[in-house]
Amino acid sequence: MDYILLTIVLAPLAGSLIAGLFRNQVGRAGAHWTTIIGVGISCALSFYVFYQYAFNGAPVHNETVYTWMVVDGLRMEIGFLVDRLTAMMMVVVTFVSLMVHIYTIGYMAHEEGYQRFFSYIALFTFSMLMLVMSNNFLQLFFGWEAVGLVSYLLIGFYVKRETAIFANLKAFLVNRVGDFGFILGIAAVAMYMGTLDYYEAFERAPALANATVVVWGDDAWSLMTLICILLFVGAMGKSAQVPLHVWLPDSMEGPTPISALIHAATMVTAGIFMVARMSPLYELSETALSFVLIIGATTAFFMGLIGIIQNDIKRVVAYSTLSQLGYMIAALGASAYAAGLFHLMTHAFFKALLFLAAGSVIIGMHHDQDIRNMGGMRKYMPITHWTFLIGTLALIGFPGFAGFFSKDAIIEAVHFSRIFGSDYAYWLLLSGVFVTALYSFRLYFIVFHGKGPRHFEPHHDVHDENGDAEAQEHHPVHDEPKPHESPWVVTVPLVLLAIPSVVIGYLAIGPMLFGEYFDGTLTVAPIHATLSEIDFHGAAGFILHGLSGPAVYLAAAGALVAWFVYTRKPNIATDLARRFSWIYRVLDSKYGFDSFNQWFFAGGARQLGKVLWQAGDRAFIDGAVVNGSARSVAWLASVTRYLQTGYLYHYAFAIILGLLGLLSWFVIR
Amino acid sequence: MQYDLISLQPVMPEIFMLGAACLVLVVDLFLTQRTRMWTYGLTLATLLGAIALTAWAAGPERQVLFDGSYVRDPVSDVLKIALLTITVFVMVYARDYLLQRGIYRGEFYTLALFASLGMMIMASAGNFLTVYLGLELLALSMYALVAFDRDSVKGSEAAMKYFVLGALASGLLLYGMSMLYGATGTLNLAAMSEVIAAGKAEETVLVFGLVFVVIGIAFKFGAVPFHMWVPDVYDGAPTAVTLFLGSAPKIAAFALAIRLLADGAGGLSAHWSDMLIILAVASLAIGNIVAIAQTNVKRMLAYSTISHVGFIFLGFVAADGRGYGAALFYTVVYALTAAGGFGLLTILSRKGVDAETLDDLKGLNDRSPWLAGMMLLILFSMAGVPPTVGFFAKLFVLDAVVQVDMVWLAIVAVFFSIIGAYYYLRAIKMMYFDKPIDDHPIVASVDSRVAMSVNGLAVLLLGIFPTALLQACRTAFGG
Repeated sequence: MDYILLTIVLAPLAGSLIAGLFRNQVGRAGAHWTTIIGVGISCALSFYVFYQYAFNGAPVHNETVYTWMVVDGLRMEIGFLVDRLTAMMMVVVTFVSLMVHIYTIGYMAHEEGYQRFFSYIALFTFSMLMLVMSNNFLQLFFGWEAVGLVSYLLIGFYVKRETAIFANLKAFLVNRVGDFGFILGIAAVAMYMGTLDYYEAFERAPALANATVVVWGDDAWSLMTLICILLFVGAMGKSAQVPLHVWLPDSMEGPTPISALIHAATMVTAGIFMVARMSPLYELSETALSFVLIIGATTAFFMGLIGIIQNDIKRVVAYSTLSQLGYMIAALGASAYAAGLFHLMTHAFFKALLFLAAGSVIIGMHHDQDIRNMGGMRKYMPITHWTFLIGTLALIGFPGFAGFFSKDAIIEAVHFSRIFGSDYAYWLLLSGVFVTALYSFRLYFIVFHGKGPRHFEPHHDVHDENGDAEAQEHHPVHDEPKPHESPWVVTVPLVLLAIPSVVIGYLAIGPMLFGEYFDGTLTVAPIHATLSEIDFHGAAGFILHGLSGPAVYLAAAGALVAWFVYTRKPNIATDLARRFSWIYRVLDSKYGFDSFNQWFFAGGARQLGKVLWQAGDRAFIDGAVVNGSARSVAWLASVTRYLQTGYLYHYAFAIILGLLGLLSWFVIR
Repeated sequence: MQYDLISLQPVMPEIFMLGAACLVLVVDLFLTQRTRMWTYGLTLATLLGAIALTAWAAGPERQVLFDGSYVRDPVSDVLKIALLTITVFVMVYARDYLLQRGIYRGEFYTLALFASLGMMIMASAGNFLTVYLGLELLALSMYALVAFDRDSVKGSEAAMKYFVLGALASGLLLYGMSMLYGATGTLNLAAMSEVIAAGKAEETVLVFGLVFVVIGIAFKFGAVPFHMWVPDVYDGAPTAVTLFLGSAPKIAAFALAIRLLADGAGGLSAHWSDMLIILAVASLAIGNIVAIAQTNVKRMLAYSTISHVGFIFLGFVAADGRGYGAALFYTVVYALTAAGGFGLLTILSRKGVDAETLDDLKGLNDRSPWLAGMMLLILFSMAGVPPTVGFFAKLFVLDAVVQVDMVWLAIVAVFFSIIGAYYYLRAIKMMYFDKPIDDHPIVASVDSRVAMSVNGLAVLLLGIFPTALLQACRTAFGG
């Protein structure tokens, strides 16, 4: 097992190093082959490991591979903890990664930096595996930072594009905020539990359940609440939860394959994975759970609303990701960890599918991402159209599709939750279903139905009947050929991802949510056991049960409204936007988070920096301390070097002086 | 006295070394300049054989031979393996240089082997006589090596200075030893330690003798104010000899200090650690500050050595197993990096041109990115930048000092390290950002390139995985 796990981790790393360091030697084809082989090996072995754990009941593997150092009894190690949770994550990560690798061959076919891109995504796979397979907080932090780094590199992949650089800097800075909380949380674990190992920390946690610490002033805070909330701040950064969500929409500046891999399927779910892994800690603090629940539900609803008015195809999907991440986080808050992870898995498949399908549309549109220019794409790109529709149905929770099971389970679980804020969360999540269906089908209808695509219309009218009053600029008629279906390297991953998007929910809901799959991995206190309150009589029964609840009808209503508004009466949308312009403006400004951050944090930091720079740095540090001390050191050096005269008797004299000095100091004194 | 062969097992490395050195001496007489490769090969074989024998004889227990004159313990094992390994590197680096200078002679290797033997004896010394025997064997070989390029005026001058000052220091050391002998009535270090512990010796006489002994040690290390010889000798000696002088003998100096101070005068640690504090602070200050004003790389590295000696002494100041372990770690790491640093200078030297000034480093990255990368690692390690091993060396020493509640001393050390970082970074800046002045292609044999790569990567890898070496150093002192 040791060697298998090591191979799983190291194969993508090897591929990445070869493609990155020897990019000129291996060439473009060499770069995609080495990384695909590396990730492919990793994926195949992950499936093997998953098979062992899911069906053969392999025992939990918790081994240290290497001890880096031991400081005051605190062991810093590299090790693997593999149980069913890890096995599931490994399969999701490596499978989606492999699909994205293959897809990238088509998507990036004409781009510069082809090898660099493959090197990065393989490196990402390595980092993400290190994160999910870790058995201790230190390695978790390593993976956490490493995926952040690769994400930063990939968002700014088009290094010459201003907006891309702005976006990756923003992602980096916002994640700094989250990671600051995260590392404080890890430090608190190390300080109060004296270990970085998961299992040891989990063992020691119950004894500290009622411990309090004084952090600030005289108030005693519950230790577990403090640790859990600090760790969750890290998760808020990585999994883009309000108010640290601002980086995710901008991250769409990166190439689409990584939006699918990093910013939809895997990295952004690291926070969910982490909280679920830490369930023994979170179960000890109801305050932290409430906090998690409220943040998650808020994100789920309000970010979905913004998705309705976005016009960039990738941004719509990005806001949808934010909203879905909110659902997962809310599930964690309701102690329905299994439901959160289940949604994580189904979401990874259908959201990667949606992103890749969107990317396929973008290829067809010659890298135009504005949906106002699209339309009628179903005629030109049938495979993309059908797979996109499958992804959309899975996303809105159409009965029987993957998303239906996971989302319904979350809503039910939150319904049964009785902790503070659960009512608020329930209503938001339920309304969120309507919103999800609305923005999803809005996107679907605008892109794939109606007239268009605009650039390819022979007789183009500026004020077309889609009523898009905003589009004032005139697009010249292109001579380009009509959009056509993408090459097989793009469509095959779409089809392969479409399959689990349909069936995985039906197959997995029984064992994962109501069976024994997560037994011994997730800890749920009996008082919080919301999932077990749901009546479950098989997946088919769950569908029937779902039909009697409000969620399905809300989704149907959302889809219907989208159909009516965006294909039948497009004027309604513009009318509404005009009549309720203040709502539109609030949504368009994304609730003002960005402007506030720009003004307060970025601007404030610059002001503060300027003051410190002028007064502190230039005047005091540079002038007095640095240059002053450098000058005095240089002066001292130039003087003392003359002591080195080169005369032997001077040297001997120095020795005698030294002798006399020491003698008089130590003996005669 | 009767010895059977197996009871000589602990001393086998030295016996082998002596025999092999004599063999090399004789074999070389029959070789011509063209077949001198044999001397080189035999020397390396001897050193590697001695490493193997040391490892074979190694063990956790303490073995005493020849009525206490000779001691084999984990400390001596670590010291010997380290100093022999460093000497292997030195021999590999030196060959190109000697060939280009026309001083590729067998004597270099014989003298180097005898010097190594002297160092090994110091590492295993059990009484004053053995200490002194090893010390002089090392020193006499070194005097001759410094003057090895006998037509060089600078070299001869350096050898002369080194010899006269070395003789003076040896005299002081001997005088100190005689005082300690007078006070305790024994030459055996272990016995002396007992007498001191029992309080049977006159303290004033002990401290009086101790001052002289400490000065002898400080001279060997090159600590301020007994450092004056260091820059002149480093500068004057052929670079290949500077390379040797600047690396392995530091480990021997550590042996000298650990045997005399810790083994012999452990009961007087309150006194000698105060002396070492003065020497350490002075070395840190003078070494780092004066290095900045140097334009000659060899002199700059000489002052850098002085500052590193300050750090090594800080480890002794703690006067416990943790401190000794940290000092040993520091010494070994320093010897490794110094070998790499001077080794690069020998590689950069060409026929008739010694790479001596900082200008010779300019644009090294354009001339050879790989060598520049290795030198970068070595300079980072000297400056103490993580993740190179130099960072951990400094960290462990500082930790040892802080553990005995001498935080101020740690702060002083860090302060001067910051000043010191300047000249290492300046050298790096020259390598990477300046245009080369000398654009001749770099000629280096395969073995020295390999040694350079191993050396540079070792500095990095030991930094990432410091545990093994640290364990070896700590367990040697039972920590």
